[in-house]
Amino acid sequence: MPQWLQNLADRFYTNFISENRWKYIADGFVVTVEVTFFAVLIGIILGFLIAVIRSTHDKTGKLKIPDFICKVYLTVIRGTPSVLQLLIIYFVVFGSVNISKVLVAIIAFGINSGAYVAEVIRSGIMSIDKGQTEAGRSLGFTYAQTMIYIILPQALKNVLPALGNEVIVLLKETSICGYIALQDLTKGGDIIRSRTYDAFMPLIAVAFIYLIMVMLLQRLVAGLERRLNSSER
Amino acid sequence: MNGEPVIEVKGLQKSFGELQVLKGIDTVIHKGDVVFVIGPSGSGKSTFLRCLNLLETPTGGQILFEGTDITDPSNDINLHRRKMGMVFQQFNLFPHLSIMKNLTIAPIKLLGKSKEEAEKTAYTLLERVGLANRANAYPNQLSGGQKQRIAIVRALCMSPDVMLFDEPTSALDPEMVGEVLNVMRDLANDGMTMVVVTHEMAFAKEIATRVMFMDGGYILEENTPAELFGNPQNERLKSFLSKVI
Ligand SMILES: Nc1ncnc2c1ncn2[C@@H]1O[C@H](COP(=O)(O)OP(=O)(O)OP(=O)(O)O)[C@@H](O)[C@H]1O
Ligand SMILES: [Mg+2]
Repeated sequence: MPQWLQNLADRFYTNFISENRWKYIADGFVVTVEVTFFAVLIGIILGFLIAVIRSTHDKTGKLKIPDFICKVYLTVIRGTPSVLQLLIIYFVVFGSVNISKVLVAIIAFGINSGAYVAEVIRSGIMSIDKGQTEAGRSLGFTYAQTMIYIILPQALKNVLPALGNEVIVLLKETSICGYIALQDLTKGGDIIRSRTYDAFMPLIAVAFIYLIMVMLLQRLVAGLERRLNSSER
Repeated sequence: MNGEPVIEVKGLQKSFGELQVLKGIDTVIHKGDVVFVIGPSGSGKSTFLRCLNLLETPTGGQILFEGTDITDPSNDINLHRRKMGMVFQQFNLFPHLSIMKNLTIAPIKLLGKSKEEAEKTAYTLLERVGLANRANAYPNQLSGGQKQRIAIVRALCMSPDVMLFDEPTSALDPEMVGEVLNVMRDLANDGMTMVVVTHEMAFAKEIATRVMFMDGGYILEENTPAELFGNPQNERLKSFLSKVI
């Protein structure tokens, strides 16, 4: 075996095999996926609600107070760094409560992504021709029924790529979990680095895992889009 | 000719901010009437039509639909709209639904019809307009004329008591106008009560039982097509007709 290859194999062994260090990465991966998945879920529900409130207000002038609350929420969330939001939710909001860090991260990132998802969905709703609403209403559908059966299905389809992007952004954003000492994928790699004093191996490995996850997500979104489009052509 | 009143319009007014578009419209549409509304662009024809099913909220006056004042907010307009079909210039079919779903979604969700029942009705009506073979297509696979025929069928699937048309052929290529007019002619012959805003004067002459000329926020003249076109009284109507015919 050439010397350089032997070196590489040794480093691989030290960083991942010895003392079961790969577990930092595996456990971190699970945490990252968990946090991302549930945060996306919260974000979509929250974003959906806000988008409907905001666009209902824009179109009908109703729901003034809920709309105001939504606007404050959007301004605050989009106007402050997400690391800070995570820290505040961990140390201030839940400071005196014993609560799992994963749950804190899910809540923090859920609230954070809700703000971005809301604006994406709202733009989708507002992009649907108002003739669609009129056609729905003229048949006798209520405002809510028109929203549910006619506007939202079209709006969601239009913003699917943008929503997929949001998921990808969020996935990468969760790498700040280390700030509350939650051992996610990034933190896992970083712990290995601090043990082995080898930065290259663990950090590149972690970067590679993120990259693969992002590429998989992109393919998933593209596939979904194709399927939705084929139903109309 | 005159059945019972379907729509009674009393002192109808509509303003958009400072702009008063309708200044006081009074008319009655009876069962079986085929009323055509003509007038210059911007005279408020669409606004008038859209007030009839409250797509625009009137700022004054009353609209009685089958005896009920639908401008009274305590009456649920959604229930009355089921009985008032509307056809738009831009078709406004639902692009995410197949033709069959476009036709059956409202009867199923609003009238509580079963899927089979709704599809049977839809199918019969599709055959009538010659589009039964397109039931599984999607709107953007159809030509403009086909879309508008589907839009008419969509409204008919609710078995409305009156049909409102806002320039149903204005967005069509000329060669497709005929197929849509044929459907409307059939409807009129079947005794459907219709209110039609249009620039198709020849068609108005042919099937209207009554023609209204609107300008400046009022109905300036209202008569049988023979009288209104053959012997116009109002000066503005005379000059309008001299330009369009
Ligand atoms: N939603 C609205 N907001 C403000 N102004 C409006 C609105 N809808 C219509 N108008 C104005 O009201 C007037 C009448 O419009 P309307 O569409 O009823 O005319 P119309 O007779 O149907 O004209 P056309 O033959 O061009 O369709 C126009 O000056 C128009 O600009
Ligand atoms: Mg008009």
